[in-house]
Amino acid sequence: MFDPLALAVALPLLGALLVTMLPGWSRALGMLTALATTVVALWLTVTVWGGASLHSDLGGWGVPLGIALRADGLAAALVAMANLVALAISINATGYFGTAESSRKFWPLWLLLWSALNGLFLAADLFNLYVMLELLGLSAAALGALTGTREAAEANLRYLLVGLLGSMTYLLGVALLYTAYGTLDLEQVAASLTPGPVALSALALMVGGLLLKAALFPLHFWLPPAHANAPAPVSAALSALVVKAAIYLVLRLWLDLFDGIVTEAAGMLLGLLGAGAVLWGSWRALRAERLKLLAAYSTVAQVGYLFMFLPLLTATPDGPERERLLTALVLLALTHGFAKAGFFLAAGLVQKSTGHDRIRELGGAAQSLPAATFTLGLAGVALIGLPPSGTFFAKWVLVGQAIALGQWWWALVVMAGTLLAAAYVFRVLARAFNREPTPKCFLTDPRTEIPALLLAALSALGVGLAAQPIAVLLGAGD
Amino acid sequence: MSHEILITQLLYGGAGLLFFLLGVWSFISHEPLWRKLIALNIMGAGVFHVLVAVAYRGLDAPPDPVPHALVLTGIVVAVSATALALAFGRRLDREDSERTPEVQGVDDREDGTHV
Repeated sequence: MFDPLALAVALPLLGALLVTMLPGWSRALGMLTALATTVVALWLTVTVWGGASLHSDLGGWGVPLGIALRADGLAAALVAMANLVALAISINATGYFGTAESSRKFWPLWLLLWSALNGLFLAADLFNLYVMLELLGLSAAALGALTGTREAAEANLRYLLVGLLGSMTYLLGVALLYTAYGTLDLEQVAASLTPGPVALSALALMVGGLLLKAALFPLHFWLPPAHANAPAPVSAALSALVVKAAIYLVLRLWLDLFDGIVTEAAGMLLGLLGAGAVLWGSWRALRAERLKLLAAYSTVAQVGYLFMFLPLLTATPDGPERERLLTALVLLALTHGFAKAGFFLAAGLVQKSTGHDRIRELGGAAQSLPAATFTLGLAGVALIGLPPSGTFFAKWVLVGQAIALGQWWWALVVMAGTLLAAAYVFRVLARAFNREPTPKCFLTDPRTEIPALLLAALSALGVGLAAQPIAVLLGAGD
Repeated sequence: MSHEILITQLLYGGAGLLFFLLGVWSFISHEPLWRKLIALNIMGAGVFHVLVAVAYRGLDAPPDPVPHALVLTGIVVAVSATALALAFGRRLDREDSERTPEVQGVDDREDGTHV
């Protein structure tokens, strides 16, 4: 009955049904569900952190017909981040949407997305991963179009179609694996996987499909318009969480399933695409005219860093170096989740109070919205990778290991990307500070500002300083 | 007997792969929404073909239930996704026709979509 794995997926699903049936109560019911789900997710994380990896077969049905859920360190770390960010987004959304009609449309889809997100992090078999991936894509596309503008509808239709192409490709890979090995359970397939044309085709199809969803350069074309045109809380969820889910799945496949058959050449290819993403995404962020578009291109760049870890992980033999590299990768993903969510929520506040988000005309934003500007600054610290943010630690490990392996070119890309990130963050901050009378109060709209501020603070200060406990969590359950 | 099963599976599975590739080609090379959606559904049908072929264990043996369950779930997902995409498409079309109410008679684009 009190199984945190099942509850983490079932609670938001139940909430989604309730807010659909009782739209008048959607805000209260939605917040209640958000709180309960977060508590369950943190309980789950603490349990795994204590050294127990969790596993449960829903309804007592085992493999192969049953639906199994499991949580190891990697899953628990991402669940904790995703649920904290989702809670902050929920609080922000109560202020952002108010009691408007769009609030009633927001909650069912948002809770459905939350359920799919937890399900994806916790699923233990390849087909459930596919179902969760589709649920996530459908609810994300519908949420992204909530503003109702033509641009949003166009961008999200493209996002939906690209996502479907990606998941169909993934599904064909799953079908190939089932043909060859007769099971869908991640651990069972991993145990019986042998190098050969079937495994290689499945790897190419599954990872290729997911790269579309993870928006890895040059497959990122759908991301900036979709993320920049959504309502701010939705943009935050899309950039911080939904993209991460696809990356998590790539990582899961790369490290757990195809560990024996991934070649250094394949890792190198993904790393090079990642490097392209860092340079191109950061450059386009620097040139962006709108705050939310800047944040979206910055996501393209940050996704690139995560993929630059793959060639190094493949080239590093098992041992403390590899574990440190993996910890750094997860730290980067967590930090980016907090930072980008905070950034988007603050950008939403700027857009709401000034009526636009054109960077050129931000003058005086720091004076009229101190908390939002401070949030942008703090999130900027994490995006650039200044100490003590988790990004700093992650980039440090990335550069160190690249040089240790003799692959020094990754270090150059990291430095160029960091410089570009500093440039685009300071470009916003420079515009935000203008000579105008200093305001009396720090907070203008606490309910929308405080969640954003906390997320940014967590990204700039919290995750980096918590590197040690996170490393313990990742080591747990192995 | 097992030889016959293998040939049946290869024929069906191979046709499924062919469907999938045709779908990918059509999805990439055609612009109109409805052609893309049909292409996606053909890709899906290809994957389902492969799964049904895997499930086949001869005429006198019951098929493997797991791939059948996958195909059923997959069909539900594909229908929902198609419905959502069509809803998006209708929304865009309606805005197009509201935006240019004076332009009549040129609604039928050369690709055959009707606004």
